[in-house]
Amino acid sequence: MKTVNAFIGSPIERLEDLRFLRGRGQYVDDLERDGMLHAAVLRSSVAHGSIRRIDTAAARALPGVHRVITAQDIGAPVPRVPMRLQPLPEFVRFGQSVIAETKVRYVGEALALVLAETPAVAEDALALIDVDIEALPAVADSRTSATDQSLLFEETGTNRAMLFRATRGDAAAAFKDAPYVRRETLRTARHMALPLEPRGLLAEWDAARGKLTVSGGAKVPFFNRRTLAKEMGLPESAVEYVENDVGGGFGARGEFYPEDYLVPFAARLTGRPVKWTEDRREQLMCLNHAREAECEVEIACTRDGTILALRGHVHVDVGAYMRTNGAVGARNIAQFMSGPYRIPHIDIDVALQLTNKTPVGTYRGPGRFETDFFRERLLDMVARDLNLDRVEFRRRNLVARQEMPYRIATIRPFDKEEEFDSGDYHATLDRCLAEIGWAEKARLAGKLIDGRYHGVALACFIEGGAAGPKETARMVLEPDGLYSVYVGSSAVGQGLETALAQIAADALEVPMERIKGVFHGSTSYVSDGYGAYHSRSVVMGGSAMLAAAENLRAAIRAAAAARLACTAEQIKIVDGTAAVGPNGTSLELAELAGDGISAEGAFLNSKHTYTYGAHAAHVAVDPKLGHVELIDYMIVEDCGRAINPLTLHGQAIGAAVQGLGGAFMEHLRYDNEGQLLTGSLADYLIPTASDFPNIRAVVLDQYPSPINPLGAKGAGEGGIIAVGGVIANAVANALSSLGVEPRELPLTPSYIWELIQQAHPSPAGGG
Amino acid sequence: MSVRFQVNGKAVEVEVEPRLTLADCLRQKLRLTGTHIGCEHGVCGACTVIVDGAAVRSCLMLAVQAEGAKVTTVEGLSNDAELTPLQKSFRKHHALQCGFCTPGMITTAHALLCEEPDCEAARVREVLSGNLCRCTGYIPIVDAVLEARAAYKQKGAT
Repeated sequence: MKTVNAFIGSPIERLEDLRFLRGRGQYVDDLERDGMLHAAVLRSSVAHGSIRRIDTAAARALPGVHRVITAQDIGAPVPRVPMRLQPLPEFVRFGQSVIAETKVRYVGEALALVLAETPAVAEDALALIDVDIEALPAVADSRTSATDQSLLFEETGTNRAMLFRATRGDAAAAFKDAPYVRRETLRTARHMALPLEPRGLLAEWDAARGKLTVSGGAKVPFFNRRTLAKEMGLPESAVEYVENDVGGGFGARGEFYPEDYLVPFAARLTGRPVKWTEDRREQLMCLNHAREAECEVEIACTRDGTILALRGHVHVDVGAYMRTNGAVGARNIAQFMSGPYRIPHIDIDVALQLTNKTPVGTYRGPGRFETDFFRERLLDMVARDLNLDRVEFRRRNLVARQEMPYRIATIRPFDKEEEFDSGDYHATLDRCLAEIGWAEKARLAGKLIDGRYHGVALACFIEGGAAGPKETARMVLEPDGLYSVYVGSSAVGQGLETALAQIAADALEVPMERIKGVFHGSTSYVSDGYGAYHSRSVVMGGSAMLAAAENLRAAIRAAAAARLACTAEQIKIVDGTAAVGPNGTSLELAELAGDGISAEGAFLNSKHTYTYGAHAAHVAVDPKLGHVELIDYMIVEDCGRAINPLTLHGQAIGAAVQGLGGAFMEHLRYDNEGQLLTGSLADYLIPTASDFPNIRAVVLDQYPSPINPLGAKGAGEGGIIAVGGVIANAVANALSSLGVEPRELPLTPSYIWELIQQAHPSPAGGG
Repeated sequence: MSVRFQVNGKAVEVEVEPRLTLADCLRQKLRLTGTHIGCEHGVCGACTVIVDGAAVRSCLMLAVQAEGAKVTTVEGLSNDAELTPLQKSFRKHHALQCGFCTPGMITTAHALLCEEPDCEAARVREVLSGNLCRCTGYIPIVDAVLEARAAYKQKGAT
């Protein structure tokens, strides 16, 4: 792409900040409407049971309560939450009704919706609903699930929703003759995205026009519109999804949840605007969970450290239902177990086991965070067994630049062939080691200094991005001579408006001030859109904008040619403000705007981009307390082309801290009855400002992606993917003299302390 | 019942239920939606406002307890003309992404810097550790607050 400007690649301060910093962002709960009702959801306190009775009489009698809705009011068949990704027919029988009908299958499942004049009265009414549920034996973990003794869906005869299998080459043969084999069982705990803004929806039904407007859309508003229109028996054109400012997504927010049906249904039923705002307790038990997996993995190598094969069985705890993107994490575990390494023979199967817990969905780096922990932990154990240098071992097996594009394992059922697009994986590893000062730090490995053991470690990762099939953009020349940009991508807080304005300004060859606005995420802006998931907004939306800009410039030339009586080819657009014809005739573009000049552009894509890189960490472990201090942390990634280095760097650092939460503290705990034990932010701990102050990131763009005109790759997840693996390896390295090998996350102080006690009942330095 | 206090320099009188939190009062009754509600149990800090000079979680305070107080919200720390030095520093350091925690960060940092314009990084981290952010990893927020100290020192000197 030709650039006169160079906004792309510049650390432009964000446009969004001007409203956010003044408290003028407009999030969905900030919206008010005349005559608005407030909704509150009664949720099951029983993990698994049969519904005997829901008596809403007392709630309905409470002054200020307008209506109480249960499954009976919705009528059969009660709509279900669809599968958006991997919509395999096998998943249909495990779908979730938008409100519980005869059974409840997790704590938090919706039983009734109260509509009242104020939020407080709606919540008061919840306590007046009399619910009788006959408890059934709860399935609280994937092992119990696999026994099929208590079934979530009796009619199916199984708690296994699916078995994904990733294969490449002939793993069985490779293992048969392998000179060295190691098998491990490793676990990751249940986490969640926990965006700081709870979910919310405001639905308005215009009976006269038969039109439904839903505010609070995020991530995938076009898919949600299609779903809602179908389930409410409305034409798609009668439903508008409006995206407001969105307080974080990370994969979880914006999917079609039960409330995405219940709130619009209530608005149409009552004829009044209905607003629902999730509280934090609800979010902890209703927003998609993620990450809970147990992996039995086996690796085969030569004695000098060439990886021959990888095979294993993984059990993923998917919770009670298969919802929109609930299969993605498990699928990715199968496909990305091999990470950025050249592993010729692979056979990984992943069982999706239903349990009486909150359903799962994607959370930043889905499946990849888990596999990086499994694989990188295993690699360090192998290196120790074979007395190999950890860096050299990885270097020897990383996919080389010359091997690109590189075919990886194929997933069954459903998926197409998949390959890495471009890059030099060795270069990011080397840069990461140089940046953290590996040679010097490696001398501290395992050393006891002032009562703490020091450890260093590294890990490599790949990050998929740019999911297709398509994105759409539209550009308009406005009467004031400025340009408006509309795009099907969605913002979830990542700075999309700024990045896309940079791309638009470069494509139109105008200063950024001439971009009047980047309007995104609402279904009325463009004909079709696919939103924000799989790190796709900049690559897909940005590439669509390049196409739209080219079409718009062609339209401008054609319109100017008509006025200046020449051919479109003879028109030059100067500074994005004037059209100049032959013989020096010219006109201001603003004069043309009256002709209604606008153009759409689309970008279609069936391949994925792969950002890649390495993380390295230096930790100090207090053996008496099990506490780990993160002394230094380095991320190096190559994302093909950096649109805005300022925001990209921020994505890397922010993602790393989120990952450190998962590595050290975050854990959605359940008891054996399926009760969630971490229903507040006092129980579910996430990092604070004082926890991890020492993190650095270098974002490179040396190897553009060949699959899109920007050369950009999806970015924003790479910072989280390798964290669990590198931290566990650093702790293992620190405690190597004690023989401590962490095999699960999170590495809480108590878990580390227990490992030390098991390995070495009276730790050195414990004086 | 009726409660009277000052918000951002303006006297207000609001009719409230005794159980209404100050956060809900600001948002619902006074339509000052810059104050965000993230947890309603005093952990996340998104609802932080300044009450008589002190940073307070408005979800843990009842509106009626504000009787006679001077309350400052993020709107009161902003003007139309330009960003304040603290806001500029946040923008420069990319100390916000989704913007939801930002009002609480601004009010908390402002209260800190008014009292302790010489505070060191460790003190900034300690004070901000009561405000959760899920996007930035905090490092740019701490950097932004440290850089903004200069403006508060000057203010104190004049």
